[in-house]
Amino acid sequence: MSTQVQKPQAADVDRPTRLRLYQLMVELRDFEQRAYELFLENLVRGTSHLALGQEAISAGYAVAMRADDYTFCTYRGHGHTLARGASMAAAMAELLGRGNGMLHGKGGSMHLTDVKHGAMGSYAIVGAHLPIAAGAAWSAQVRKSGQVSVCFFGDGTTNIGAFHEALNLAVIWKLPVVFVCENNQYMEYTPIRSVTAVEHPAADRAAAYGLQPILIDGNDADVMYEAARHTIGKAREGGGPSLVEALTYRHGGHSRADPAKYRPDAEVREWLDRDPVKRYRERLLAAGIAEAEVNEIDTRAQQKVDAATEEARKGAPARVDEIERQVWSDGGAAWRN
Amino acid sequence: MAELSFREAIAAAIAQEMARDPMVYFIGEDVGAAGGVFKATVGLFERFGPERVRDTPISEQAIIGAAMGAAMTGLRPVAEIMFSDFLATCWDMVANQVAKTRYMTDGQVSLPLVIRTANGGGTRFGAQHSQSLENWGMSVPGLKVVAPSTPADAMGLLAAAIRDPDPVLFFEQKSLYGVKGEVPEGEHVDRLGSAKVLRSGKDCTIVALAAMVPRALRAAEKLEDLDIDATAVDVRSLVPLDTRTILGEIVKTGRLFTVEENPRLCGWGAEIASIAADECFDDLDGPIVRITTPHVPLPAADVLEDVAMPSVERIIETVRKSMR
Repeated sequence: MSTQVQKPQAADVDRPTRLRLYQLMVELRDFEQRAYELFLENLVRGTSHLALGQEAISAGYAVAMRADDYTFCTYRGHGHTLARGASMAAAMAELLGRGNGMLHGKGGSMHLTDVKHGAMGSYAIVGAHLPIAAGAAWSAQVRKSGQVSVCFFGDGTTNIGAFHEALNLAVIWKLPVVFVCENNQYMEYTPIRSVTAVEHPAADRAAAYGLQPILIDGNDADVMYEAARHTIGKAREGGGPSLVEALTYRHGGHSRADPAKYRPDAEVREWLDRDPVKRYRERLLAAGIAEAEVNEIDTRAQQKVDAATEEARKGAPARVDEIERQVWSDGGAAWRN
Repeated sequence: MAELSFREAIAAAIAQEMARDPMVYFIGEDVGAAGGVFKATVGLFERFGPERVRDTPISEQAIIGAAMGAAMTGLRPVAEIMFSDFLATCWDMVANQVAKTRYMTDGQVSLPLVIRTANGGGTRFGAQHSQSLENWGMSVPGLKVVAPSTPADAMGLLAAAIRDPDPVLFFEQKSLYGVKGEVPEGEHVDRLGSAKVLRSGKDCTIVALAAMVPRALRAAEKLEDLDIDATAVDVRSLVPLDTRTILGEIVKTGRLFTVEENPRLCGWGAEIASIAADECFDDLDGPIVRITTPHVPLPAADVLEDVAMPSVERIIETVRKSMR
């Protein structure tokens, strides 16, 4: 059995929404590009997992979400966190290990979180955040808050137990949660198809949980936005969870250590042609939006990233007294009297 | 005072807190109509209904993950892991997610949740249903770890754990479930991080936890016949650890014995021994001695399990030889 990629639904996305989708995608693209440049300058320590090429998924969902909805994402989570409205400067400073970082240097690239904006965390153990996102949805359900929990994860996650435990629980409790698989074709360095029993790792398993298979073009912001509206709306109205598989591609390697030489050149070229940002720009122009207006968005995004970088670089190193802060709710780390 | 069994005291604590705070929810395997496989939660389903007392599938990662997501967003969940051995199937959730998320997010997230679990041996269940795992929890920064020894403490400490703003691993020693004891009438809430001196002596201090507490106490009583006057301390909470009380008692007697159900290596007593050696070395009159289960998986047969776990007789014999 194999699921067919679903064609875009009637993409009657209005003009302000389209401009917002484009703006977000460009900002996320420029941020990730800048993060990469800062690695090359050796300013970003540790590791980092860029989502270059996957911007349409973050943008499509973020634009469709209510301000108090919850986002749960993975270590490849810069885009999802920023898309909810988190401070770009604070995110950049966190990558640089500065005291003005979003987490004061205690989380780093893989754990960006901004609860005020509904970005409930970036989780670095594959699969862990699916049950946690279900738990937030359970809380929303019993509090009758109308909030929806959206959980983004990679294709590799579909082969770990927590994926299946979370889906089963979400279905039996009819939780307001949307699971979005970003199938970027590779689990770390290995093609996902070579290690998975089905062709479409998420969509082909939906039926096992009584869910409709949803297999869509993750590089098309209109398609992602429509899918987001549909699945979030269903969850908010009490219709229970959805499982979405969005087909996409990492422009770079798994992490900073990975030059991604294992990918065939033709495959890379094919996907670069389907770059979600470039494609959407062309669509806006074809729809009659003035090139100057689109250029203005590009310029402002660059300026925003420049300003964020400058502010981040001005930050002092993370403060040493942070080490023993915030283990506990009293703000400290005491384990004895 | 009312006489309750340990298992009734557990149910009483959850009921007390669910009645007080509508944000307290309770989930786990067979905890609803069945009342729990150890019958420690009987009556909760009938009283609070299927929304607040909810059965889960056999999905330990989903149980702890769901409790965590709910705790981050306004609920105060109590999650049951049927046997502590099953914590191994969801240790990512416990050790990587629940324990670290507050710290990694610099306090953006609070996790007021309790993970209750039936722990320890003495029931002939074999090595995968009998482990004493409180030291696993103790080794992970960000988890509070509590293990009561009496019905009154079970109720008071569980109520305190539910009210605590941080994640608490609450270990209920299986062989204690049927033990009866006096529990205060009305609302009963204890304090985490407070050890209890159960008996004061002048010759040595025996420090114990959970099911080892009644054994240490009986041993202390019988040591009187050998002219050894022993203090007995119930640690009650490993994190936070009441070192003030424990060290205070060690200083008074000059000798320390720990009685631990966990296997030998890295048991909780090793940490207390290290603290004592570090901070009251000059007050010690002899070696610190740890009485533990040997470093083996716990065997099933009654004769083997009984010899493996510290017994009253082994405690007496060890103390006697060491004090000679």
